Amino acid sequence: MIATQLPAIQVALPLLAAPLVLILRNGALAWSVAVAVSWLSFAVALALLLRVLDGGTIVYLLGDWAAPWGIEYRIDEVNAFVLVIVTSVAAVVAPYARRSVEAEVSSDRHYLFYTGFLLCLCGLLGIAITGDVFNLFVFLEISSLSSYLLIGLSRDRRALTAAFRYLILGTVGATFYVIGIGLMYMMTGSLNMADLATRLPAVADTTTIHAALAFLTIGLALKAAIFPLHLWLPNAYAHAPSVVTAFLAATATKVSIYVFLRIFLTVFSGASIFESFPLADLLIVVAVLGMFTGSLVAIYQSDVKRALAFSSVAQIGYMILGISLLSTAGVAAGIVHLFNHALMKCALFLALGAVALRIGSARLDQMAGIGREMPWTMAAFTVAGLSLIGVPATVGFVSKWALVMATLEKDHVLLAVLILLSSLLAVIYVWRVVEVAYFRDRPDDAATLSDPPTSMLVPLWIMTGAAVYFGLDGTRVLDVATAAATRLLEGWP
Amino acid sequence: MMMRQKPILRVSAKLLIPFILLFALYVQFHGDYGPGGGFQAGVIFAAAFILYALVFGIDSARDVLPGGARRICLALGVLLYAGVGVDGMLLGGNFLNYSILAQDPHEGQHLGILLIELGVGLTVFAAMTTIFFAFASQDMPAGTDPDQETP
Repeated sequence: MIATQLPAIQVALPLLAAPLVLILRNGALAWSVAVAVSWLSFAVALALLLRVLDGGTIVYLLGDWAAPWGIEYRIDEVNAFVLVIVTSVAAVVAPYARRSVEAEVSSDRHYLFYTGFLLCLCGLLGIAITGDVFNLFVFLEISSLSSYLLIGLSRDRRALTAAFRYLILGTVGATFYVIGIGLMYMMTGSLNMADLATRLPAVADTTTIHAALAFLTIGLALKAAIFPLHLWLPNAYAHAPSVVTAFLAATATKVSIYVFLRIFLTVFSGASIFESFPLADLLIVVAVLGMFTGSLVAIYQSDVKRALAFSSVAQIGYMILGISLLSTAGVAAGIVHLFNHALMKCALFLALGAVALRIGSARLDQMAGIGREMPWTMAAFTVAGLSLIGVPATVGFVSKWALVMATLEKDHVLLAVLILLSSLLAVIYVWRVVEVAYFRDRPDDAATLSDPPTSMLVPLWIMTGAAVYFGLDGTRVLDVATAAATRLLEGWP
Repeated sequence: MMMRQKPILRVSAKLLIPFILLFALYVQFHGDYGPGGGFQAGVIFAAAFILYALVFGIDSARDVLPGGARRICLALGVLLYAGVGVDGMLLGGNFLNYSILAQDPHEGQHLGILLIELGVGLTVFAAMTTIFFAFASQDMPAGTDPDQETP
């Protein structure tokens, strides 16, 4: 019985745990619940992925109402993979959270933090699992509202303005999305993704659907922080508590990119929008601009957390670039990078969280010489940083390689060169940190530092280890990503 | 304090509040036959408390409805909603299947939507009053706000 109910359990588990934590109102208990739920969710997501790879798409009818009237959860290779990414990051970040949250969130708000964390997890999983565009909007709001809360919980008062700005832009994005699906509903009378895919071709050439497409593109680009709609991201990531940054950087934008893929490639699959609109060309330009701007701005940041936030804008550019090639290899490269970037960015932000625990911030000028006093932390940072650059034997290399091959397959030599050039920019902003941490002397009057407690070091190294492991053995991830890309481009059976 | 001099306002508020609460309950439990439902009922129920706070002062309203009670209502509503969904799963259906909650599918649907809407009503009521209290206590000096520690 449990096997058939897995899709509902995936979402219901964090949804039930969140109010429970709110009633318990005890930080330590809340943390234990969050850890247990994250790991259980991870197990559920893995089971779902294995079942999908084995037996194909899973359809789950909520309340046993038949689709397209009822809401259905529809899990194929693509969202099963996204579920695994989100839950694995949550499972690694949750144990890490205890010490980091103790240091960065005032103690009377710990239970609120974990309530927000569980709700955010529930929202992100719901977005990934659902096969209904309006249900997706509801989960989008659950995850967004809880991430505003999570960002605002930081002791850093600038987090409040960052969260507020994110709230305004995030709400604009969500509103545009809901206007877009409203227009689609007006023309087709359906909100079910699979149903929409069959109904849209007949009305694809109407102004209403074109308007819907415009609203959806802008709305989702805002949510996914695609350049030039990324303005909410750097401050939100820089001032949020470290755990939140690590969690959101690795999941929230990734899930938004998944929605992007799902709407444009699955829902609009029959409508051939990419032939009637130069959308793909437009996205390529935006992606390349994002790659360079994000990296260039990252170089000039004095706060490492902020630098890495800008680097995320650049990395999102790579994903969009891969997707907008519209070939199996390109979309697969985008999806692989989605996974790989989640691993390395999460590791980097976890390392910065450990630094923040010891020196109180992630400012570059205060990090002089900490490489010798916090060897394990900075070693992890360096390995993950190398991966961000794309050095062989790391995940970054696998995704850059897949991306370059995909561009060459389409004879875009210039794009391949641009990818390599922008990778060189990553060398600069990663090297700046490595240089300061290892080759500068620690000021004489500075207090001695040490590595963070094991509960933080182990999650950090799990992520870093994964970034190396999947760099050495990338075939399995590439296989899943290729299966996902094929599914996206061929549509549901 | 100033309100002590306005007996008409106080008496009419006292007269109105029970009927507002009653109307909210009507909207809540009649929602499955007529217009209405948990969301509307929650808002109306919250309106009664907000009227009380406006007329008799925020402090006495907080005595009636302390932050802890609101927090528990917030959580219980969601728990009730999700709990009904899980109950459907335990009885062998899919998540949120009401038909199997009772012997007769019709009765099951009836019971299911009633409980779900009760959950919605509880949470909406608690959320509305919490938002009101959070804004209404904004001008209090820092540290003295009893609402600060509650969501």
